[in-house]
Amino acid sequence: MSGIPHDHYEPKSNAEKYIHRRLPIVGLIYDTIMLPTPKNLNWMWIWGIVLMFCLVLQIVTGIVLAMHYTPHVDHAFASVEHIMRNVNGGHMLRYLHQNGSMLFFFAVYLHMFRGMYYGSYKAPREITWIIGMLIYLAMMATAFMGYVLPWGQMSFWGATVITGLFGAIPGIGDMLQTWLLGGPAVDNAALNRFFSLHYLLPFVILGLSIVHIWAFHTTGNNNPTGVEVRRTSKEEAEKDTLPFWPYFVIKDLFALVVILAIFWALVGFMPNFLGHTDNYIEANPLVTPPEIVPEWYFLPFYAILRAFTSDVWVVIAVNWLSFGIIDATFFGVLAMFASIFVWALLPWLDTSSVRSGRYRPMFKWWFWLFIVNFVVLTWAGAMPAEGIYTTISLIGTTYWFAYFLVILPLLGVLEKPLPEPASIEEDFKASLKSKSDNDPKGPNAEPIPAE
Amino acid sequence: MKLRNLAVAALSALVLALPADMADASKVKGEVTNFDFSFQGLTGTYDRNQLQRGLQVFHEVCASCHGLEYVAFRTLSDRNGPELPEDQMRAFADMYEVWDEELRDWRPATGPDHFPESQFEGAPDLSLMTKARAGFSGPYGLGINQLMKGIGGPEYIASFLLGYTGEEDFQAGSMFYYNRAYGDWVSMAPVLFDDMVFYEDGTEATEEQMALDVAAFLTWTAEPKLVERKHAGFVGVIFLSVLAALLYLTNKQLWAPVKKAAKKD
Repeated sequence: MSGIPHDHYEPKSNAEKYIHRRLPIVGLIYDTIMLPTPKNLNWMWIWGIVLMFCLVLQIVTGIVLAMHYTPHVDHAFASVEHIMRNVNGGHMLRYLHQNGSMLFFFAVYLHMFRGMYYGSYKAPREITWIIGMLIYLAMMATAFMGYVLPWGQMSFWGATVITGLFGAIPGIGDMLQTWLLGGPAVDNAALNRFFSLHYLLPFVILGLSIVHIWAFHTTGNNNPTGVEVRRTSKEEAEKDTLPFWPYFVIKDLFALVVILAIFWALVGFMPNFLGHTDNYIEANPLVTPPEIVPEWYFLPFYAILRAFTSDVWVVIAVNWLSFGIIDATFFGVLAMFASIFVWALLPWLDTSSVRSGRYRPMFKWWFWLFIVNFVVLTWAGAMPAEGIYTTISLIGTTYWFAYFLVILPLLGVLEKPLPEPASIEEDFKASLKSKSDNDPKGPNAEPIPAE
Repeated sequence: MKLRNLAVAALSALVLALPADMADASKVKGEVTNFDFSFQGLTGTYDRNQLQRGLQVFHEVCASCHGLEYVAFRTLSDRNGPELPEDQMRAFADMYEVWDEELRDWRPATGPDHFPESQFEGAPDLSLMTKARAGFSGPYGLGINQLMKGIGGPEYIASFLLGYTGEEDFQAGSMFYYNRAYGDWVSMAPVLFDDMVFYEDGTEATEEQMALDVAAFLTWTAEPKLVERKHAGFVGVIFLSVLAALLYLTNKQLWAPVKKAAKKD
């Protein structure tokens, strides 16, 4: 499958040959797990396994929860309490599922940031990146609909606000919102379809993940140097790579278990830390909560959504130019969707021929500023949409778009990259040398990953 | 006791629907005292006697207005809860009446039945109240303190019950009372007074004691599996730590020849 030359599965016994002629499934599994993987992958390459684990965790706990949950406005909240109180191990299942979504998003952001820093989206891995963005969008839809199911106050009002975004589209907005909700407001019809889709989408994510893996198994993994594996002969390729099994499987499992230990402590000792207290109050369409905030993983986009108030000159200009069709609300909606869209376009916006941020002295700074900005937007999204907070959101939003649309295209032209190592083998050896010499400023002075 | 119930019912008759913004004020703006509870910390468990006292306060005071609709009477006998003996639990349930759909009539409650719902719109159900209010958000609004102290729900409930300053305000036909913990006027009147209940276990029924007991009881109603959850947390973290150590050593040994070969040339 991979373009990197390596040993393929050879059926030996007659039984193996019999199966292989009819269904080459053993060969498929063998080639998948024996994929030649660059030796020099660092600890930021472990998030893929964590994400795969999260998906399985969410599907397994979710299926069991669905056995006890009732998608009806009169019973949903009570059925979640039934799970928490009467179902054997139900409280753990529910807390694992709830916090599992948080781990899922935490891991996906680090996975994406890793891809951004090491240029994993660049040719020939654009399709891997695009599929990854589709997975991310499906995750956001799944998480949003899943949050509605417990039918707490924040579930209800979150759903009202988010579906209201579609209502902000001029002309067809109201119709579209009614169609999405199956009625004029968030009610039983909406709860039922959200439940149905919340069950469906994880399997779409599973399918997309398989395509995602297929895509990067075809191109081979990127690595911290961004230098390709040498492919002229099997001997040469073997100097740069090791088979995924057992070397990276064990390494990734170790990292996964460390992360799970922290995750398990969160679930066991502070399971409601990242949730919102209002969701322990049953949904009440007559009482609006004083603040409606989404889950933390949506906050940066929530900040972008709310950054554009009607007194921002861009909004005024666009409003005037569009003859009043695009108002501040719709502008915010457009900005939010655009912010994700430009992220997906990354492979074509980055003009630099050098993949890894390690050899891009200027890019590094802008990248870390992007991360800081992401955190600031997350914080601003949790604050009320008034005064200084919208100003901070607006500055953050401006940097977000500037990073993708101005800085990255220009850096490719302005920046003078550092020399890259000749091969992955050379980098691997250099990193071992620098470690034994106790020289922290060696070529492997990596940003410390977040485990 | 009957008289006292009547008095509380009369008091509650004065209480009108809460102002709309109160019903969901999850972020607490008033002063919350950081009381100590037995169920805090990584190994904290419920104090059975305290839960039983809290149940008594709930039954004699709160229940005249507030419901506990997600709590089944049978769970009062559960381990890590108030642990009432079966017969006592049944006798307790018998004091409540529930609507029976099949009989089309009211009948005395039994073990599988739930506590009644709130008596009127303005009194919120208390089953989940200690999880619906966050008394603490520190440090710096990060809420990390939760690991040791919890989210501050029970502290808020106790502070609320003790937080009346005595100021009253008559507005639009209803009485409002100033409450320090809420940080504003509320429509619920102060309900706890020294020695208004008699504790069988000899504990002195001071206002603060009753507030703490009922807050502890309501923490149990909101999170009845707290002890089991923390236990699972401990077992899981220890198991995963051992597994992580083993995988670390496996990984080290697995990569050792690769690294050695790379260092040689």
